[in-house]
This record gives sequence, C-alpha cells and structure tokens, in this order.
Amino acid sequence: MLNTLLEMDFSPFVLSFKLASITVIILFIVSLPLAWYLSQTKSKLKPFLEAITALPLVLPPSVLGFYILVALSQNSPLGSFFKETFDINLVFNFTGLVVASCFYSLPFMVQPLQSGFESINKNMIEASYIGGKSKIETIFRVALPNIKPSLLTALIVTFAHTVGEFGVVLMVGGSIPGETKVASVAIYEMVEVLDYKAAHIYSAIMLILSFIVLLSVYIFNAKHNKKFGFTK
Amino acid sequence: MIHIAIQKALHGVDADMQLDVDFKIEAGEFIALTGQSGSGKSTLLRILAGLEEAQGEIDVSGESWLSQTKQLPAQKRRIGFVFQDYALFENMNVLENLLFIANDKTLALRLLEITGLSEFTKRYPNTLSGGQKQRVSICRAMMRRPALLLLDEPLSALDPAMRSKLQTEILMLHREFETTTIMVSHDPSEIFKLASRVLVLNNGKLIQDGDVKDILLKTNGSQKFSFNGELLEIQKVDAIFVATIAIGQQLVEVVLSPQEAKNLNIGEIVKLSTKAFQPTLSS
Repeated sequence: MLNTLLEMDFSPFVLSFKLASITVIILFIVSLPLAWYLSQTKSKLKPFLEAITALPLVLPPSVLGFYILVALSQNSPLGSFFKETFDINLVFNFTGLVVASCFYSLPFMVQPLQSGFESINKNMIEASYIGGKSKIETIFRVALPNIKPSLLTALIVTFAHTVGEFGVVLMVGGSIPGETKVASVAIYEMVEVLDYKAAHIYSAIMLILSFIVLLSVYIFNAKHNKKFGFTK
Repeated sequence: MIHIAIQKALHGVDADMQLDVDFKIEAGEFIALTGQSGSGKSTLLRILAGLEEAQGEIDVSGESWLSQTKQLPAQKRRIGFVFQDYALFENMNVLENLLFIANDKTLALRLLEITGLSEFTKRYPNTLSGGQKQRVSICRAMMRRPALLLLDEPLSALDPAMRSKLQTEILMLHREFETTTIMVSHDPSEIFKLASRVLVLNNGKLIQDGDVKDILLKTNGSQKFSFNGELLEIQKVDAIFVATIAIGQQLVEVVLSPQEAKNLNIGEIVKLSTKAFQPTLSS
C-alpha cells in the first residue's frame, strides 16, 4: 500500500493546487471592486451584472468551455493578439486554464463577498466616509474586517471549486501531463483505462480534502458568529 | 457662521414633498431640530453631512460645502455625525474606533475621560451597553474637531436614566469644545436641557425658529398649566364621566361633564389644562 502511494504521480494534484491558488488571487483582485459596486449601487444595470456573474453556476461547463475556446483560440481576435504580441497561446496550456477557471469560479468569489458587504450596517460605512476615509481605506479597514466569514467562504470555496472543476478544464486544456492534466482530469483518465486502484486513491484524497476544507469554513464561521454575537 | 439653504424633492411614505429650508447658525450654537417623523429632519442632516445630494448652498464660515457648481464629498467636510444605532466599527476596540478617525491620542483620551469611558479603551463594541456604545460614538464624532456636529436622535434608543446622564455629558462636551451642533430630538426635556434654539420642521419646511421656551411651553394666557395627552377611555360612574388620559408615560383620570364626554372621541389628542388654583408639587 505504502509503496503504491510512494510510486504514484502526484503532479496532477500539484497542478490543481497551483491553478486554484492563482485563480483565487486573480479573482479576489477582480471580484473585490465588482462585489463592492454590486453591494452599493442602486443602478438599473445591477440585475444584468448579477445575472452575468451568476451564469457560470447554471451553464453546462461544456458550453462555457466551448465559448472560452472560441474566444481564446488563435483564430479569434483576442487569441491572435496574444499570440502575435506576447507569443502566448491561450488554449491547451496552463494560461488558458487560468483564464477559464477565472470565468468558471467567478460567482463563487463575487457572491459571498457581495452578500457580506450588503449585510454590513450602512451607517458604519458612512461613519468612515464622514471620518474622512476614502472608499479604498473604508473597504480594507472597515468593510473587509467586518465580513471575515464571508471573506473566508469566498476564498476557500473558490479554491475548492477550482480544484474540483472538470468539464471546462477538459474542454480548454485537454490533458497534457504537467501542463493541463489536473487531478480531476487524471481521475477521469484512470477510470477510462480501468486503473481503479489509482482512481480510488485520487478520489479519496479529493473527498477528504474537500470535506476538511468545508468543515474548517463552517467551524470558523460558527466561532466568529459566537464571538461577535451574531445569531444568523 | 453657517448658512444653509437647501432644496430637495423627497419621496415620503404618504406623499412626495419638497424639502426647502433656509437658515443661519452662529458659531457655537446648539440647535434642536424637531418635528413629526417624515418631516425631513434626518434627510436634512444627511445632506449636511454630504451623504445625500441636494440643490442649494451650504456655507461654513467662508468654506463652501455645497453650491450650484460643486458638492464637497463627505470626506472633505469637517463633520461629526452620531447615528441613532451607534454604527461603531465592530472590528476595532474603543480607542481604535477613535484613533481611526484621527490619530490624536491626547484628544481621544480626554474625550473618553469626559464621558467616563477611560476604563473601557480596550473593549470591543459588542461587549458594551447601549449607553456606552453611544458615548463612544459621540467621542468618535468629536475626533475630527468638527465644524458642525450632527446628532440624529442619538439618545432615543436609551432608557430615561441613561438618556439623562448622556445629556449631561453632551452638554459638558459642548461647553468644553464649543462645537456648533444640530441635534434631532423629539424629547422636550432634552431640548430644553441642551439647546439654545429650536427649529421645527414640518413637511420639509421650517415652520418655527426661535427660543426654546417660546416654542416648547404650551401654556398661554390665564392657563396655569397645560398638557397634551391621548384620550384612552371614558367611563360612566354614577352621574359623572371619568376620562383616562395618557400624558407622556403617565396616566391620569379627569372628571368630565356629560356634555364634555359627548364631544370627545377615544384616541383623540386632548389638551388638559387648569386655571387659577393652587397646585401643590410633592416628590
């Protein structure tokens, strides 16, 4: 058993975690202003933006993957621009995976942040403005520290969801070992070639990791709510 | 001196109305702003703070906060604002709440000393009582050394004993810092204790502006005293009628003649007054 474990190739896991970490960082930077805007605006555009943000939740990953493939391929304006200017291919490599993951996991970052911001007492934000603090300082020193459970949920669930994605990755990245062959794709291939032993080990690791991650989120949130006297 | 001339269309619960006020405040004045709910008091305060847009002019000792051409953002107005629900920064302790606004520890400690909070500097808001939270909120509003301090019904969520204590502290702060202040309040005793001038707002317009006593004292002519109260009940007892009236928190019974009883309706606001007799006050 131990030998089997030692001999296994864990590079798909490393790739999965690398992809998830980069996606979380990019999405946090992109989603923070978007979630803040959505939580504060009374604009008529808000439902449209919210619907677009939520699309990856309901679209089949194959549809999303197909459109990303079309948009990023070398035949598209975007794809040819990157190819000619930076000599970067956007599909069937790691860069393409990052772009696809950012679309795919966007709602998992935006929605918890937005609902967290919306739950903050508006007067607290206004008190910061009246105190002479800019929007950016207010977001980082008042808003974010007061929505720690939402912040943690957004970061962790985005990470976990990116590790768990399959359809989009397969469409946009294929299965190039060390480049785009992430854990979920690796399991699919193991099952295809009837290597159930490896598939079991990989799946068990995924299952346990996912459970631990979710459990720690719920434990943290329960503790935080108790400490700050929230009952919701 | 502060000159305020503001117009804004408001969409009220019952009907739309136009907020339209024009008044001046001398430096160091303590003004009570009163009027029925929905008359535009809170909106006026929010416009002064720069939290809501409006047409008109706000001129604070030569500095323009609002004019035809520009609207100074809330961040740039030197305002102190106290919300009814405290709105403290929950992630910071008492001292941090104050220092976040202005990094002036001497001032912060002095304010906390005046309000009796010196022992609570390291406590977080969720461990404080309502009265303590509102004290912190008032101290925080003073940290910017505001040109104008705005208090939006700051004490209405507190019990009467705590309210009275905080009124004294607000008065002490006002005497020490001489901050020009506008406070929204419905409580005549509070207004009498703190304010030097009362503005009454009704449907977006100022209908009274003047001395506290002139506006709040309800007696006139030969009446010796006079109270407004709600008529709760009229009961027939033998040949007379007894009315039960709520005056503030107090219930009183008054004898009515059959003629009077006929003309009064339950739920009405009635004026209870007497003339020419010798009441005795005892405690």
